[in-house]
Amino acid sequence: MSMVLFDVPGPKARVRHKIMAVVGVAALVAALAYVVMRFIATDQFSSRRLDWINYKQIQLSLVEAIGNTLSAFAVGAVLALLFGAVFAAARLSDHAWVRGPAAVVVEIFRAIPLVVMMFFFYYGLPVAGVKLSAFTAVVVSLMLYNGSVLAEIFRAGINSLPKGQSEAAYALGMRKTQVMTLVLLPQALRSMMPTIISQLVVLLKDTALGFLITFEELLRWGTRIGGDAVNFGRPMISVMIVVALIYIGLCLLLTWFANYLEKRNRRSKKVIHTDDDEAGQTQVAESSAVMGAGSVL
Amino acid sequence: MSVLTNNLDLFLRAFGQTLQLFAISGVLSLLLGTLLAALRVSPVPVFRAVGAAYVTVLRNTPLTLVFVFFLFGYPLLEIVKIEPYTAAVVALSLYTAAFVCEVVRSGINTVPVGQAEASRALGLTFVQMLGNVVLPQALRSVVPPMTSTMIALLKNTTVASGFAVFQAGTIRDSLSEQGENVLLGLLWVAIGFVILVMPLTYVQQTFEKRWSVAR
Amino acid sequence: MRVRTLAAVLLTGALALTACGKEGSPTDTAAPAGVFDVAADVKVDGSPTFEKAKSRGSLVVGVKEDQPGLGYKDPTTNKYSGFDVDIARLISAKLGFDPEKIQFKTIQSAAREQALINGDVDYYVGTYTINAGRKEKVAFAGPYFVAGQDLLVKADNTDITGPETLKGKKVCSATGSTPIKQIRDKGYTEPENILEFQGYSQCVTKLLDGEVDAVTTDDAILKGYAAAEEGKLKVVGKTFSNEPYGIGLPKDDKALRDKVNDILQAAMDDGAWQKIYDGTLGKSGSSAEKPTIDRY
Repeated sequence: MSMVLFDVPGPKARVRHKIMAVVGVAALVAALAYVVMRFIATDQFSSRRLDWINYKQIQLSLVEAIGNTLSAFAVGAVLALLFGAVFAAARLSDHAWVRGPAAVVVEIFRAIPLVVMMFFFYYGLPVAGVKLSAFTAVVVSLMLYNGSVLAEIFRAGINSLPKGQSEAAYALGMRKTQVMTLVLLPQALRSMMPTIISQLVVLLKDTALGFLITFEELLRWGTRIGGDAVNFGRPMISVMIVVALIYIGLCLLLTWFANYLEKRNRRSKKVIHTDDDEAGQTQVAESSAVMGAGSVL
Repeated sequence: MSVLTNNLDLFLRAFGQTLQLFAISGVLSLLLGTLLAALRVSPVPVFRAVGAAYVTVLRNTPLTLVFVFFLFGYPLLEIVKIEPYTAAVVALSLYTAAFVCEVVRSGINTVPVGQAEASRALGLTFVQMLGNVVLPQALRSVVPPMTSTMIALLKNTTVASGFAVFQAGTIRDSLSEQGENVLLGLLWVAIGFVILVMPLTYVQQTFEKRWSVAR
Repeated sequence: MRVRTLAAVLLTGALALTACGKEGSPTDTAAPAGVFDVAADVKVDGSPTFEKAKSRGSLVVGVKEDQPGLGYKDPTTNKYSGFDVDIARLISAKLGFDPEKIQFKTIQSAAREQALINGDVDYYVGTYTINAGRKEKVAFAGPYFVAGQDLLVKADNTDITGPETLKGKKVCSATGSTPIKQIRDKGYTEPENILEFQGYSQCVTKLLDGEVDAVTTDDAILKGYAAAEEGKLKVVGKTFSNEPYGIGLPKDDKALRDKVNDILQAAMDDGAWQKIYDGTLGKSGSSAEKPTIDRY
């Protein structure tokens, strides 16, 4: 796609590109080499600092920490999807008294930082006598924030369908609920699947915010082992590399799943393609706006 | 209400710090992100690969982990000492740049192919074409998602709460130290963010509507 | 693509399943866990916390995990050790719970009141200073130890000799802790030079990296870190506060509070307390006086 921005390079350009590539690679290698040199100079990969990997108890606690991260993700994702579906439906309602409050709720929860929500549930609510565990606080916050973002994604998905779909369904004598559940939703879900999954990637990453309210997830495990001076002389660097690789691996797995779904979708004939240029571009702008809103934090 | 009025000074200072953190990281991430986007569409394959690798790694890493790395990992390498505040700015900028890069890149992709082809026909270089023709046109489709990214950055500044950086997210610490009502305090913090974010959302939606019609 | 990913997943899974590892701790410096006689047929009339623990069959005890010598969890064995931990073990034994019936739970300083209010833990033993503000939210038995605020600096530091020499220096402590409030309220250093992290160990990291000049908290805690870092750090040794450590309990449980006070008093009288001290904090060579229990 980006190939349209430049001609197929001729002989001169190829030479130029090669020189630039060499310079670029040299600069990059130099930077990486410097970092690796610092790693070695400060002894980050000494056998003592890597020894933690060998202990059974540490391996078990790592598995447990990953389990906590994943269960917060799983529960949070299911609740967020439900929340999103309910509020998307409410925002698409024909009744203003349903639409209005739903819009307010969604907008407000999208505006409050997740950290503040987690603090609110974990440190704030007990003042009023409501007791929540760190896990619950994390999951509820994830539900409210990501659910609100998902509500917008669902809504955009349903709105992006050609009007003819619902008109035809009404003409066939379907009721409002039938139109929504039998005609609009299945199509919207298909076209919105990649966006939904990338929002779930965001949700997975956001479980790491539980670190701030002492939820025993993967990152907290990492700082605990990485900060251990007594046994391993603070192996923070090696532990953080492992933790980062796990997070990246999990997220890529989800993203890969999203891409797989998208590919399968493209082959499927059941999807309505909005090929007409104007509508297509508006849709891209809209969905990328939603993605932008969700894709950070 | 008394939680707010009794500690108005605290709230103002904290939100001031939040905005400062936001402004500095915002500018830095826009610069770095645009540079990365240029790398990602450049004719040199290695540059594209570097840009893609950066974006893939940073986008799939939790921001909190980036913070932990710069606060507790980086100092072990004994390169240049940085204050927690600087570390927070670096973490926020590097992280957000990956998202800025993607927004700019998808903006570039919305510019019709003919534009780039025409500029090439006129003999413009890659840099000239990007700077004078493609990016200015990409801007209109970039602004709404970029606003979203910036809103996210503004909210993300609160992640610094666990890392010795005073800002709106640490208001709770000060309040609980003084024995104030933390519940109400946090409600006011939330309201503060709603007040800060709402106008930005409004701007974003207005641009989105106006420019999607114009096309 | 799909096959390769699947293979990678399976490989990782297989590795995880076959993972075999070393047991035990590489340093083995952790003090042996205190063993105490378990009391039989204990009754604490009118204590909801005790009743709850009885029906659950185990005690949930909040401790710290990052304070060598006081409350430290060895990640290689998952065992807790230290003075506070042994006090917690003593109390649970005298409440009639077998050693394996204690579940230790790590609670950071900033979350202690919440954990007790939430009922996440039955009692809390972790350098928990008794003060009036906290008494409004939780109850305290004890004190079982009296510490004093001190400063931890690098071993070669000669500028910092006491709190009055802190002006212009960066001082680090845990969020929501008494020591940091003290530094702030008394103006020992400028507000912008005060750094707060979730735990003291993170402050010690920053001290070792040279990003802060001093870590302040109670001398008992600092001594543990100084010992763990083998000669890189030293405790200034000039305490400037009185920190009576208490056992944190749910606020309204007076019956349990009285019972724990009785247990502590008995331990101080029959030498159990001294034995715990000698086995943990006393290893640093310092001695300590037994506190007087404050029944309120």
